[in-house]
Amino acid sequence: MFLILQPLVYLILSVSLGLGFFRLVKGPTLPDRVVALELIASLTVGLIAAYTFFSGQTAFLDVALVLALTAFLTAIAFARYLEKGGQRDD
Amino acid sequence: MKTQMNSLILRTTGHFLLPLLLIFSIFLLLRGHDEPGGGFIAGLVAAAAIALYLFSMGIKSARQVLWVDPRNLFGIGLTLAVLSGVPAIFYGQAFFTSQWWPIYLPPFGTLKLSTPLFFDIGVYLVVVGSVLTIVLTLAEAEG
Repeated sequence: MFLILQPLVYLILSVSLGLGFFRLVKGPTLPDRVVALELIASLTVGLIAAYTFFSGQTAFLDVALVLALTAFLTAIAFARYLEKGGQRDD
Repeated sequence: MKTQMNSLILRTTGHFLLPLLLIFSIFLLLRGHDEPGGGFIAGLVAAAAIALYLFSMGIKSARQVLWVDPRNLFGIGLTLAVLSGVPAIFYGQAFFTSQWWPIYLPPFGTLKLSTPLFFDIGVYLVVVGSVLTIVLTLAEAEG
């Protein structure tokens, strides 16, 4: 079953990453881009988790944890920046 | 101008995430020698934890929760890292050669005390100190 599952999981996550990247490049306003970055970070966490599951290399889970933490911090920092009326080139 | 964001979710998250992240950073620090982890990444995680607290609680609480000036951490860490190279001299080896002193503690097993551990703790303190000096100074300049 893993024979089908593994490529399927990677395919879905990769396509989602591509769509997120599209929104990041195109996104008309800065908040759109921030949300797209957050989406990309979450998908990367998912990708690392899937890789950990299929390869059994549990050390990668820590990477996913730290990445999730930094992505959360980035989102908060961007929210602060926008709330204070930072410069935005929409 | 306020440095703090008035969000209940953020404040609650900041409260219970700080101790968890600090424990995680110490876990990364102590595991570092043979497996992924080490002083640098552990220091970054700890600094991120304090930065999260800063965003949610404001700058005064962040300084209080840190209880030392980050610049002092910087100096203490650098001193500790350099001192960890000294013991090798007394064994007639080159400066910074690793020394291991395994200590047998009956209920827990062996504690592998070593100079790389002290070096890593020094790196940890330097990273926490330098990152937090930058972050806190920027947050204060922002007003």
